[in-house]
Amino acid sequence: MFRYTKLTLLREIVLWIVAIAFLLPFYFLLTTAFKTDAEVYGSSPLALPQSPGFEAFLDVLSAGDRAVLRGLASSVLITAGSIGGLVLLGSLAGYVISRRTGRRSRGAYYLFLVAILLPTQLGTVPLYIGARALGLTGTMWGMIVLYTAMLLPLAIFLYAGFFRSLGTEYEEAAAVDGATRAQIFFRIVLPLMSSATGTVAILAGLIIWNDFFTSLIFLGGSESQTLPVAMYYYIGSLVSRWNAIFAIVIISMIPILAFYLFAQKRFITGFAGGLKG
Amino acid sequence: MSDTTTLDSPVARIAREAAITSSRESDEGPASRTRRGATRSARPPRLVFGSWWWALPGVVLVVAVHYVATAAGGVFAFTNWSGIGGFEWTGLDNFTRIMREQASLRAVGNTLLLAFGSVVLSNVTGLLLALGANRVVKTRHVLRLLFFMPVVLSPLAVAFIWKFVFDYAGPVNAVLSSVGLDAWARAWLGDPATALWAILIVLVWQNTGFAMVIYMAGLAAVPGEIEEAAALDGAGLRQRFWHVVLPSIMPAVAISTTLGLVNGLRVFDQILALTGGGPAGATETLATAVYRQAFSLGDFGYGAALALILTLIILALAITQQYLTGARHEED
Repeated sequence: MFRYTKLTLLREIVLWIVAIAFLLPFYFLLTTAFKTDAEVYGSSPLALPQSPGFEAFLDVLSAGDRAVLRGLASSVLITAGSIGGLVLLGSLAGYVISRRTGRRSRGAYYLFLVAILLPTQLGTVPLYIGARALGLTGTMWGMIVLYTAMLLPLAIFLYAGFFRSLGTEYEEAAAVDGATRAQIFFRIVLPLMSSATGTVAILAGLIIWNDFFTSLIFLGGSESQTLPVAMYYYIGSLVSRWNAIFAIVIISMIPILAFYLFAQKRFITGFAGGLKG
Repeated sequence: MSDTTTLDSPVARIAREAAITSSRESDEGPASRTRRGATRSARPPRLVFGSWWWALPGVVLVVAVHYVATAAGGVFAFTNWSGIGGFEWTGLDNFTRIMREQASLRAVGNTLLLAFGSVVLSNVTGLLLALGANRVVKTRHVLRLLFFMPVVLSPLAVAFIWKFVFDYAGPVNAVLSSVGLDAWARAWLGDPATALWAILIVLVWQNTGFAMVIYMAGLAAVPGEIEEAAALDGAGLRQRFWHVVLPSIMPAVAISTTLGLVNGLRVFDQILALTGGGPAGATETLATAVYRQAFSLGDFGYGAALALILTLIILALAITQQYLTGARHEED
């Protein structure tokens, strides 16, 4: 019944025309970034670069005491550190709330459940004041703790969902063989959960890597500001040197796009499936 | 979802979690427990899963960052604290000030317009794309890859691309003047009449792929036989859509719109990059107003009051919306 007909071909062609129009902004991004300053101001914004060059990229990477490169390094460290915290604490708590039925474990379950509902906006102001009092603003460690705490409910429920779909046979077998609870968890259960860990890492990693608001408030103007914050401040000083602006935009996109193309299926299903629980 | 990239999670999950919990509790009723105890009594090492205190570090962090901070924010909303030194209780002063100030009311209006506008438009286009790329289309996976790409990019970076597109010397005006419509050319983001609509386009562009992916997953679950049967019975394309396809993808609609709404209400990055809330407050949203009041002007009390309003709007809309789509789904 649903065969490939002429109508389907037409549908496919229409979709591709829409897709090309949809991707036009990337055409402007790529062509403009490789233009020289004179071309940016002199030629049509629709034109291809006359003599494509990397000047804008080199400019951006060396400017402002290498602010962009330092931002990149901060972003990598903060994202990696937060993912580490989320995987460790999220898997432990997710295991407890999905396997144990004691009163305290049930309490923790409802506590995380309500936290997922609460929007984070209202807490930002007091968090900032608290972090400032503790000397955690402007530091990488403070940011890692903050991101871990903010995304922990999400990580916990992602893990809990995966733990529930895992039968208890492995744990029973290991217990019979005399493994301790910690051994069972870290050497048997967690290694079986690599797809859960992958989903947590992709989802939380993307959110943290792209986050601007939180890092603007907590790291703005400090030594360890992340790439989006460094990009925001640097672009503010560029006025309309679009080749330089787009060079830094491209630099900020490369890591994510590389990941995306490399693990596209994981990304799309993890992202869509993870967020809908 | 991009912006999507939300730190909050959908109400959808709550319902599901609750359902899972209750079913699990019934599974492990007293009857099954005794039965299990009886069969296992032969094996001495009784199985214990972890220990409750393994969740303790998580509990402490979540209580501090989600509960204590949010509660403190609620308290600050009724004070005139500047972030340093002491403060006084001012009762509802901050809220009456919000009602009095044109700028704050405008921020509320802009927030709602951007959230609802982007949800409706990106879900309609996302659904159309998903329907177009459904089943037999050969390149559907490539199309999905392309349309989803903006979702994984940072909203800030995306906003800078579009800032160029809408610039006075940018592509939109270049195209207009090349077809003789010079009179229409303008600084799209600098004109109070067009700035908010330009931002809406950016939001829709970035969120469409997310809606598309959710709907593609939903459509894949619609049984082809039912649709075929309906077609054989003479149901037209439109009838099949309204009576067969749409009812079966209602859960996808609920998820996609709830997430889109929550994220749309929090929109911040794109505004700051595209217009900074200008011209003359024309594109200010609640999130940018909170930032300006609390962090730029140091008026923490007033900023917290705005944040409280934003929080209440998010909660109210997310719950209502979940209730509506959930209820409609039940009927089918």
